[in-house]
Amino acid sequence: MTTEELMNYINPKSIEEVIATYPIAADFLANFRLDNISKKHPLLQALEEIDEEILNEFGLDRYGVLLKFCSFIQTFTRTEALTTNVSSITIIGGFNKSKEAENIDLTICTGEVISIVGPTGSGKSRLLSDIECLAQGDTPTGRRVLVNGDEVDELQRFEMEGKLVAQLSQNMNFVMDLTVREFLEMHAKSRLTPNIDEVVEKCFKCANDLAGEKFLENTKLTQLSGGQSRALMIADTAYISKSPIVLIDEIENAGIDRRQAIEFLAKKEKIILVSTHDPLLAISADKRIVIKNGGIHKIIEISDAEKQSLTAIEELDNTLMMLRSRLRAGEIITEDLLK
Amino acid sequence: MWYHNIVILITYMRRVKMKLITVAGPPSSGKTSVILKLIECMNMPKGSIGVVKFDCLTSFDNLRYIEADIPIETGFSGKICPDHYFVSNIEDAVHWGVQSGFDMLITESAGLCNRCSPYIKGILSVCVIDNLSGINTPRKIGPMLRFADVIVVTKGDIVSQAEREVFAFNIKQINSSAKLVFVNGITGQGTFLLSKYLKQTRDVSTLKDMKLKFTMPAAICSYCTGETKIGESYQMGMMKKMEFKKI
Repeated sequence: MTTEELMNYINPKSIEEVIATYPIAADFLANFRLDNISKKHPLLQALEEIDEEILNEFGLDRYGVLLKFCSFIQTFTRTEALTTNVSSITIIGGFNKSKEAENIDLTICTGEVISIVGPTGSGKSRLLSDIECLAQGDTPTGRRVLVNGDEVDELQRFEMEGKLVAQLSQNMNFVMDLTVREFLEMHAKSRLTPNIDEVVEKCFKCANDLAGEKFLENTKLTQLSGGQSRALMIADTAYISKSPIVLIDEIENAGIDRRQAIEFLAKKEKIILVSTHDPLLAISADKRIVIKNGGIHKIIEISDAEKQSLTAIEELDNTLMMLRSRLRAGEIITEDLLK
Repeated sequence: MWYHNIVILITYMRRVKMKLITVAGPPSSGKTSVILKLIECMNMPKGSIGVVKFDCLTSFDNLRYIEADIPIETGFSGKICPDHYFVSNIEDAVHWGVQSGFDMLITESAGLCNRCSPYIKGILSVCVIDNLSGINTPRKIGPMLRFADVIVVTKGDIVSQAEREVFAFNIKQINSSAKLVFVNGITGQGTFLLSKYLKQTRDVSTLKDMKLKFTMPAAICSYCTGETKIGESYQMGMMKKMEFKKI
């Protein structure tokens, strides 16, 4: 609907009716301290009760409020076409720090997991920011990133507003003073999810499946352990966040089944990029991008030989996990546990 | 004589080439870091971007600009309302920028009373706000956010994805038409897209006769002029009284 059509639609309707169709409209009124306005009349008429002085404090007149009201509703009902229909991204190589061509043409589809390896400062974050802004040969690397095989125009790039990529890293914390349930509900609401309760239930259950130690719906976010927080962030990214691409930066082993977490995200039809030096994660992925000297050095398809080593790595990993849980339970670690 | 005229003409041609960007945001939201990373990302010749910092009492940010070899001028509003100070000096700031031959002038000012927005109609206005400041902050800071063309959100690397999304949603509630850009002030991630916006903005040579986007705080009461005593008989000029209901 264009602004004009929306305006013609809203203008004669009572505020009540508008809120029934667009529940988010109630937020608009609260933001402008107009929540006590009589809802039986259309907005312009209802505003006549309000002292123009109050509206002036917001830099608006009555007609201005109506315009803002329409643009507000329009913003929150606009379909996010670009970020919701991503089925693949293609990275077309640029050049590294020494201006040598990368000669890369990599297409990643939803459900695929790609790991990114390379020493600190080798250019991993450059690659991630190229993806984030959908570079079109205009970033320092000269790379191009296509969505569903097509180039993306400037307008679309600006319209994404960070919605394309969800990020998850070891350094992230919850800072809100809310319980797990309140938090999930708030996030679902901000994503305009229709069946909030159902989604929140699913998300909560999944987080608990991933976390080593269980937590409750009324646990405060700030009381969650590192592993529990990570588990909740992953479940939330899978169920509530709409971003089609997920970037994961080194998730540690503690208190979360990280492999299961990534498999789970892949099942949710996301494109997953994991920056990691954890052999278990890197080899469980489908492909591995090696970064060197500011550029993509090579792309390794995980070979059968590598896959075979996975069992042995898993065993090592399980041994470590077992030692951890013994420590946690207050037991003594002896050498024969490792045999 | 003709030679002198050509010099004036050349200076004039240089003049109309300058872009002006106004950056505002709450204290410690990351304005200086964002501007520094932005200038680095734009990759323009040294000395072609200048910064004017409007501050209240003290500031150490000028040292960071000097370190980065960026021409900087700092002004302290002191006892004057910071926004009145901004608007009465911005024209001179532009003049300084034009004289110094900058291609771009960035002004940085902290919105101190949350009532203000140091933005000018037709001039790109950027508001910097950080994810740590609390989810209801976008509703509290008012015109500084509401009248911005671009809103830069910082410190996203330390909060969860979900909180970033809720925060972005709350910003959109207050300013649904602004463009949102997430910038990491430490690594500079996100400044690329921001620099693209800035390049689209038009050139200015003077601000004369241009208008502010929003009125400045009304401030012509006795306390503005130095009154310190409390009591009705000392209150004169523009006053606004709170209503207290009987319980």
